[in-house]
Amino acid sequence: MPKPILTIKNLTKTYGQNVIFQHLDLTVNEGDTIVIIGPSGTGKSTLLRCVNLLTRPNEGQIWLDDLEITAKGTDEDQVRQHIGMVFQNFLLFNHLTALGNVKLGLTKVKKMSDEAATEKAMHELSRVGLADRADHYPGQLSGGQQQRVGIARALAMDPRVMLFDEPTSALDPELIGEVLEVMRQLALEGMTMMVVTHEMGFAREVADRIVFMEKGYIVEEGSPDEMFNHPKFDRTREFLWKITELYGKKEKEAE
Amino acid sequence: MDFGQFLSYIGSGTVLTVGVTLIALPAGLLIGTLLALLYVYGGKATARVMNLYSTVFRGIPPVVLLFILFFAVSKGINLSAFWAGSLSLGVVSSAYQMEIVRGALLSVSGDQLMAARAVGLSRLQAIRYVVLPQAVRLAIPPWSNEAAIVIKDSSLVYALGVPEILRRAQLIGASSQRYLLAYLSAAVIYFLLVFASTRLLNLLEQKLSIPSNP
Amino acid sequence: MLNWLGYFERFGQNFLRGAGVTLELTAVGLAIGFVLGLLLALARCYGPKWLQRAAGAYIAVFRGTPLLVQLFIIYYGLPELGVAFSQNMAAYLALGFNSAAYQAEYLRGSINAIGSAQMQAGRSIGLSKWQTIGYVILPQALRLALPSWSNEPISLLKTTAIVFLIAVQDLMAEGKRAATTTFDFVGIYLAIAVVYLVMVFVLDALLKFLERKTKIPGMDIETRR
Repeated sequence: MPKPILTIKNLTKTYGQNVIFQHLDLTVNEGDTIVIIGPSGTGKSTLLRCVNLLTRPNEGQIWLDDLEITAKGTDEDQVRQHIGMVFQNFLLFNHLTALGNVKLGLTKVKKMSDEAATEKAMHELSRVGLADRADHYPGQLSGGQQQRVGIARALAMDPRVMLFDEPTSALDPELIGEVLEVMRQLALEGMTMMVVTHEMGFAREVADRIVFMEKGYIVEEGSPDEMFNHPKFDRTREFLWKITELYGKKEKEAE
Repeated sequence: MDFGQFLSYIGSGTVLTVGVTLIALPAGLLIGTLLALLYVYGGKATARVMNLYSTVFRGIPPVVLLFILFFAVSKGINLSAFWAGSLSLGVVSSAYQMEIVRGALLSVSGDQLMAARAVGLSRLQAIRYVVLPQAVRLAIPPWSNEAAIVIKDSSLVYALGVPEILRRAQLIGASSQRYLLAYLSAAVIYFLLVFASTRLLNLLEQKLSIPSNP
Repeated sequence: MLNWLGYFERFGQNFLRGAGVTLELTAVGLAIGFVLGLLLALARCYGPKWLQRAAGAYIAVFRGTPLLVQLFIIYYGLPELGVAFSQNMAAYLALGFNSAAYQAEYLRGSINAIGSAQMQAGRSIGLSKWQTIGYVILPQALRLALPSWSNEPISLLKTTAIVFLIAVQDLMAEGKRAATTTFDFVGIYLAIAVVYLVMVFVLDALLKFLERKTKIPGMDIETRR
């Protein structure tokens, strides 16, 4: 019986006159990989930022398991220990090595001892294939390596949910693969993930559900098969067609 | 009097010049950093007060502020000219240092703060462990400039009678009637002090620099 | 408080006179500094190696020693070599020579920023090196330098405050006289401070106005210190 880990109800976010999105409802079950797609500027990133409370929604509620995290008085820092985020621009701490980046949350937030933190951090770095780069600084790493460290940093906190905000959009094409591979592995291991991306190949292969957002609304959502082969709305079909052409991951679909 | 004695008389003022600097500069740093943190992270009203502080204390000539503070302080508390002068210079420097630290804090992109929060660090922790360490490195070059300025401005306290380099040059210039030599000697000593401090801070900058792209 | 405001009434004339001298010192110092600074900048950017080094040495010396010492050398020291200046003249020279070192750096920075690309463009249509510098590079470099250069007039205005120590009758000197008359050192110097603040404020507004007026549409302007 799928258990909802993240429940979003009636979420609205506005900036002054601009409505980013309104009355959004979304449920994410444990172990799900949700891929959110849509044209740029439709509020996908803002939605993710609301989930880990980096941005406060104007209306609506979000539950993590049974806790309403949007309620007044919730400890945001506490909540963020359970929700990991990976950024488009990596946002590694420039003054720390890869190991240092992964350790910081462990020592300062989880209050682990230095040895325990180092051990755990090295474990996560191995998980993303970068144990041998532990003592490198962000400036000494390639984009793909930086992003993998970013993933390790988020994973180290043992989150319930991982949020990926266009994780490969800032990468050179040949570096995208290594990051997507790590993400695929994670999904297979059962991590609950919300991924905003344009990588349709990843969406097709790894997503449990694809959510198509446009102009602040969820136009349609469904399994990859449903969305790619039998979309309910023309707009969905149009968008998917355009973007798979653009990203060249299309197999000949005409059956 | 031979040149050696001449030079050493002026040179012995170096202790006081360095003393003034070593009080004024750290005092300025302490106050300046505190105020800068308030300015950047303290909210709109606080920022406006800080802005006022900056405008006023950077808009008044240092020598005017020096005199105001010196006379005000000697009326109330019994401070020596050395201490009154040093602390006054510290206050002057604090306004400039506040701007330096503020600039450095703002240069560390807001994204770094966000990434730190995303990992669960509190705002205070994020500022302390992620923003400040990076800001410090950015602040060193302009700070090195400020250090040079304080060393040079320390010469102003001669007007309060503190027997530092310039005062001594003046005294021995008068007694020997060799003003040119006296002041040139003073100039050389100041130059060496400024040079040394700039060099030292350069080395510090290199030592602290974050490695990038091998 | 009322007492304090009364100082302005009582010494207002004197303060105004002193402020006039201060402004004059600033203007002259700025002008000397600009001409000399420009020459130094050009020497550093386009001169032969030895000239570059000489200019560099000048800048290092004048930025590496206190203005007060420079002032004393000119006023008290040079007479020993037979060159004697009046107080005001010595002040003009010291302020000018000192300011030149700083202005040279501002100008050098913006000349370099405009520099080689525009030089190539100018030479490519047949202009000589110095024509290019005069008609192409400097007009742009001077405008580009304005925001950061604007720090200099204000800095100079404040710097002039020390020349009262060689008895130039500027605002500080008037202040000192008023203070010794009233024995209210703190009060008088506070009043003086206010006058300086007003001057700085006005000068700042003027410079901002100038910046806006001379801005080349679309060109990158760095922000002020």
